[in-house]
Amino acid sequence: MTRDVAVLGAGMHPWGKWGRSFVEYGTAAARAALADAGVDWREVGSVVGADTVRGGYPGYVAGATFAKALGWQGARAASVYAACASGAQAIAAARAQILAGLADVVLVVGADAAPKGFFRPAGGERPDDPDWLRFRVLGATNPAYFGLYARRRMAVHGDTPEDFALVKVKNAAMGALNPYARYRKRVTAEEVTASAVVADPLRLLDICATSDGGAALVLSSVDFAHRHGVARPVRIRAVSTVTPRFPNTVLDLPDIATDSAVAVEPADATFRASIARAAYEEAGLGPEDLSLAEVYDLSTALELQWYEDLGLCGEGEGAKLLRAGVTAPGGRIPVNTSGGLASFGEAVPAQAIAQVCELTWQLRGAAGDRQIAGARVGMSANQGLFGHGSAVIAVR
Amino acid sequence: MVTGWFTGEGDGFRLLGTRCPSCATVFFPREDVHCRNPHCSGGSLEEVPLSRTGRIWSYTDSRYRPPSPYVSNPELPWEPYALIAVELVAERIVVLGQAAPGVTVADLTVGMEVEVVPGVLHEDAATTWTTWHWRPTGVRA
Ligand SMILES: [Zn+2]
Repeated sequence: MTRDVAVLGAGMHPWGKWGRSFVEYGTAAARAALADAGVDWREVGSVVGADTVRGGYPGYVAGATFAKALGWQGARAASVYAACASGAQAIAAARAQILAGLADVVLVVGADAAPKGFFRPAGGERPDDPDWLRFRVLGATNPAYFGLYARRRMAVHGDTPEDFALVKVKNAAMGALNPYARYRKRVTAEEVTASAVVADPLRLLDICATSDGGAALVLSSVDFAHRHGVARPVRIRAVSTVTPRFPNTVLDLPDIATDSAVAVEPADATFRASIARAAYEEAGLGPEDLSLAEVYDLSTALELQWYEDLGLCGEGEGAKLLRAGVTAPGGRIPVNTSGGLASFGEAVPAQAIAQVCELTWQLRGAAGDRQIAGARVGMSANQGLFGHGSAVIAVR
Repeated sequence: MVTGWFTGEGDGFRLLGTRCPSCATVFFPREDVHCRNPHCSGGSLEEVPLSRTGRIWSYTDSRYRPPSPYVSNPELPWEPYALIAVELVAERIVVLGQAAPGVTVADLTVGMEVEVVPGVLHEDAATTWTTWHWRPTGVRA
């Protein structure tokens, strides 16, 4: 029996600051995915929503909120929160229901209306929350952590700000070809290195913005896809949602310190690398099989780190891979063909789903001007706050 | 705001963590409930002062005013400060902290030795909130 599930439909609401509610973005994305799948909403047996964290109940009960907006029809509903990995956990929950025979067709939706400027923790005096503490005690924003990673790469691997800028140039060029992206303008390396420093050594154009946006998928059993007349659907072959292993020795958001390695030797792979490794093992595939990858480029420097964590190159060789054009269109393994977060910005619950939308369109050969020729295997990867792993491998 | 994270004055100033008596793992910020080493059956965690000096793992700064709950006076122009992640060799842990006032990213390199010193996070008419700062060793404010 196959462990694959089929991706019947993919849909998005264009990203940007539109000033509307997350319900509107998610519902629009859901309707687009259903139309793409050719599935009537009343046929959907289960809805899984990736939660936002905006105040009040609706953001925390995303699955049912989208179900109500689409019209109550008695489907199962679930809501998941895993920070940036929320979308991947929603896909994982949907897949588990399909493989367990609980539902034939599942709608997965993530959407957000993000605040302007820096992300910040929920209000109140909450010293038991590490996310609250890092802001209160250190003023350590997300870009501050990206700055620490970038500086560390410069010191250890010899990366330069010019290398980082080239990531933005590559991703902006792809985003310019994507009608769902917020930023549709090409950017030059000079523009990146001339933009204001936010968190040394990173500048404004090295760091992704916050955005509104929505993304949705219609997943089904492979049998349903065949009955539905789709002979060769894009299939999801692996979903990795692993946690770190103790001791986690990379200073991860939102922590003030790492785990101590005094008692236990750290694993041979970092958390980010273990996220990818779990997906490869589940899929029975390796980095050499990939046609393309979508990774979480919260900062330009972080994208280079992902090259190494995905096994596209050895440790410290990310910038070399980029400079050789391997991760650009026409290269051996193009990365962030959608334009990435550099072009979309962050809409937290939607982004991991949006990554799989891009994989789906690429694997169908339906990605328009940004199509990667002959794409057969695609991988997405990201990392959610508080130790949430997220990677998906899709094949055709 | 947080209690029991540091103690002492002057050269006696130390960050305080906790240590598991079974496996010797050190926790900062302090873990008082249970040892988080999955291979360890645990025991009552005991308070322990951390090393006074360490080596810079990485550093950055904050060129824009952080949002609340960070407290700063919006009436005053924003003064960027550096953030330093410091590797403590004996504890095999990396601890993030603000740099001492006047220390900028231009003064720092990865691998440089720094020491922990008492600092002020914020003060108003009624209260002074104290904290820890990292400062290159041998530098006197
Ligand atoms: Zn222990």
